[in-house]
Amino acid sequence: MSQSLATVAYIGAAILFILSLGGLSNPETSRRGNLFGMVGMALAVLATVFDPRVSPSGIAWIVGALVVGGGIGLYAAKVVKMTQMPELVALMHSLVGLAACLVGFASYVDTSIQLQGVEKTIHEVEIYVGILIGAVTFSGSLIAFGKLNGKIGGKPLLLPGRHWLNLVALLVVVWFGREFLNAHDVQSGMLPLIVMTAIALLFGIHMVMAIGGADMPVVVSMLNSYSGWAAAATGFMLSNDLLIVTGALVGSSGAILSYIMCNAMNRNFISVIAGGFGSGGGTPAKKGEAAAEPQGEVVPVSAADTAELLREAKSVIIVPGYGMAVAQAQHTVNEITKTLRDKGVQVRFAIHPVAGRMPGHMNVLLAEAKVPYDIVMEMDEVNDDFPDTDVAIVIGANDIVNPAAQDDPTSPIAGMPVLEVWKAKTSIVMKRSMASGYAGVDNPLFYKENNRMLFGDAKKMLDEVLGALKG
Amino acid sequence: MQTSPTSPVQRIGVPRENFHGEKRVATVPDVVEKLIKLGFTVAVESGAGDGANFSDDTYRAAGAEVVADAAALWAASDIVLKVRPPSSDEVALMREGGTLIGFVWPAQNPELMQQLTAKNATVLAIDCLPRTLSRAQKMDALTSTAGVSGYRAVIEAANAFGRYFNGQITAAGKVPPAKVFIAGAGVAGLAAIGTAASLGAIVRANDTRAEVADQVKSLGGEFVKVDYEEDGAGGGGYAKVMSEGFQAAQRQMYASQAKDADIIITTALIPGKPAPKLITTEMVQSMKPGSVIVDMAAEQGGNCELTVPGEAVVRHGVTLIGYTDLPSRLARQSSTLYATNLLRLVEELCKAKDGVAVVNMEDDAIRGLTVTKDGAITWPAPPLKAAPIAAPRPAAAPVAEKKSGHGHGSSAPLPAKTLAILFAVAALAFWFIGAYAPAAFLGHFTVFVLACFIGYMVVWNVTPALHTPLMSVTNAISSIIAIGALVQIMPPEAGVNGRPDGLILWLALAAIVLTAINMFGGFAVTRRMLAMFRR
Repeated sequence: MSQSLATVAYIGAAILFILSLGGLSNPETSRRGNLFGMVGMALAVLATVFDPRVSPSGIAWIVGALVVGGGIGLYAAKVVKMTQMPELVALMHSLVGLAACLVGFASYVDTSIQLQGVEKTIHEVEIYVGILIGAVTFSGSLIAFGKLNGKIGGKPLLLPGRHWLNLVALLVVVWFGREFLNAHDVQSGMLPLIVMTAIALLFGIHMVMAIGGADMPVVVSMLNSYSGWAAAATGFMLSNDLLIVTGALVGSSGAILSYIMCNAMNRNFISVIAGGFGSGGGTPAKKGEAAAEPQGEVVPVSAADTAELLREAKSVIIVPGYGMAVAQAQHTVNEITKTLRDKGVQVRFAIHPVAGRMPGHMNVLLAEAKVPYDIVMEMDEVNDDFPDTDVAIVIGANDIVNPAAQDDPTSPIAGMPVLEVWKAKTSIVMKRSMASGYAGVDNPLFYKENNRMLFGDAKKMLDEVLGALKG
Repeated sequence: MQTSPTSPVQRIGVPRENFHGEKRVATVPDVVEKLIKLGFTVAVESGAGDGANFSDDTYRAAGAEVVADAAALWAASDIVLKVRPPSSDEVALMREGGTLIGFVWPAQNPELMQQLTAKNATVLAIDCLPRTLSRAQKMDALTSTAGVSGYRAVIEAANAFGRYFNGQITAAGKVPPAKVFIAGAGVAGLAAIGTAASLGAIVRANDTRAEVADQVKSLGGEFVKVDYEEDGAGGGGYAKVMSEGFQAAQRQMYASQAKDADIIITTALIPGKPAPKLITTEMVQSMKPGSVIVDMAAEQGGNCELTVPGEAVVRHGVTLIGYTDLPSRLARQSSTLYATNLLRLVEELCKAKDGVAVVNMEDDAIRGLTVTKDGAITWPAPPLKAAPIAAPRPAAAPVAEKKSGHGHGSSAPLPAKTLAILFAVAALAFWFIGAYAPAAFLGHFTVFVLACFIGYMVVWNVTPALHTPLMSVTNAISSIIAIGALVQIMPPEAGVNGRPDGLILWLALAAIVLTAINMFGGFAVTRRMLAMFRR
């Protein structure tokens, strides 16, 4: 295959990738979008393999590696539970990061590439930056993976003077970058490169450790973005336009997702990255507003009474949160939805953009349980309908339904858009206990006159509600 | 409110309603118990509950004292609970400076007001409750009475109507369902819609206030629109008088409904005015023989020209029911509801639960109810401070603003200053790159910048429900980095310039394995997820 043919194939692959993302605008076209992505990837890989730059003797190695990796990947995709999606995605991001590092090192030690002057400098800068981003993505994603599946605690780890630590790390990286560019041969350049990689790995760990559990959707989408930039940097390094295009697509996609998530929490991107929100940051704020302690009583309700309320309601809105994912309650929720819809009750779901631990997490769980997607609404679509709703059920969510975000300007979550469940005639909150959410803020909703608390494990309680509904 | 120093605990008296045909009573035994818990003593006139099937014994069992005659009861009571406005005889029996709670209709009964002030009375007229106050809903006797009336109106209609309400297909032939048209979807109208629909009739309803259409539908009715644009929402949840053009269109609609319907129930009232004449003689003539009209506005002159208030008559083959005592015809139910409304009011008056009622004129709800206080007329009450109609507006504005900022950032233009700074920085960066970078790099750079923009445009269109699949598919696509490893693994220039082939081979091989996991796993899991999204 000639060089030109390969280039044309690359253009085709790039177009297919763009169509693939474009297809996701609608669930109907999304399946085709995914197919476009696969075809694009196959085209790109085949065009490369049959390119003059790969000698035929390498094909056996490539096929072997693809079979091994592909087998592992397909197996993982098959066994993963939908509630574990955030972990899987985080883990996969780390793989891209590691691959970017490896390709970067391989490119550096490759002495067959001979460049001079500015071109050499640019090439080396590209290697340096590529490995830097790759290493941060790798270690950061691993920590995010640990936090998401509970191997590492969700609380932010706040080292003293962490902003200074980050600054020093940056300066050291820049200084070693100078050393690296001034190195005359591969051997002398290796040391700065390895030191920089180590610092980048530590930086990635430190960055994600400092971010609280509530900000996880931002972190996951941010790491998604990084993995894209790592690919783009590798593209520059290897002068490969397809890598650049794809990396830029993925990078900007992740960046936009992070922006949407930050918006949904009314938080500044920088402050999320700087970390320290979550349980730690909430405490001082709480002390300061002892006067603003919520007034009123918490009224508990039984599963049987909940079923009674639901049976008599005309319209119900269900607000799922991370608690539903933890309890694996999505199937029971769907059963309840079906039962109520058969009785002629209008049931809808209200999804807050940051419900769960990654963007769109709740949608995937509900889709898994076969909840029809046209009754699953976004926050903006459904928020005005709460006053006309008889019962709003909150399943394992807290901060996203906290009225303090609107009423209390001193609250740490003030200004964050929330689902206005308290405007429904009755709201029922399912929760294991009265503990506060990830933001560490008390929730005045629980004390409202028209609110009832259904304490217990979401799955167990919902099963009881379903039993009472059918009985 | 006088609390005589000698006996701090006040006595609540409930006389028998002596208005002709009135069967209701102002309190029921269950409520008596609760009044006693508030610290009051309760006296009930003998036979007060007879019409509503509450015997004297049940009142006694609840802890009330049963008093034989009205004079003794009125004389011994600090607070009197009543249903109908008191007659002048009753006012004469009233204790000097006493308190009266019940329906008073101060606008219609100026003489009664004079008599009450002469007695230095404090009067809380339950009909003057500020109904828009959500806190006051538990005391809203007009609503609970109207609900009972609406229900009873359908029952009366069913009684006079010679057919089934629901449609049936039986061995003896097919029965079409009755068609019920309800004019005015206030509380009474809505109750009538629900009752008629639950009996199986086809229910249509109309109201000049367009916003009640959803409430009509929610009860199983169909909302019939008048073909004319005007909203009839007046203050305080009542309808207002409509324009001439609207009324003409409305008449046309009523005429066509009259031809079609088997039963018409009218509930249209305009506060302080005679009821609007909606159903003309011609419309009655156009109805099928055996049809029924229940005119719930009969007391205010009726919505039908032929209505005889207080009676059921047959005109042109149509039964016209103009009963004015519909709530009284369901006396036990309406008494129970009314007694509970009054209990809630007494609770508001007696927050200390010490058996002493305090009329707090600072409280919006109590202020509205109180039509005379210690002999001074305090009616009408000043309008509520916060007009309920104005309230939603300031709340709505910030929400709208937030919407434009969220979700579709591209639609909100950046402030000019920020934009200018952004352009300046970008221009500087581009100049720097242009000045120093070699041509080959610039080519790649162009591709990079344009790709970023394409990504930006494409990703904004992704629906939020698909954000997780978006992440997993972009993750799969980012394994395109495999290409980097592919070209390194064994290029034709292997061995040139002492290239460490072995090391590169293993590095590249590891990278291919990693990206293959991602590539296959990512696409497979996306596929699995997307397959679940179904309508």
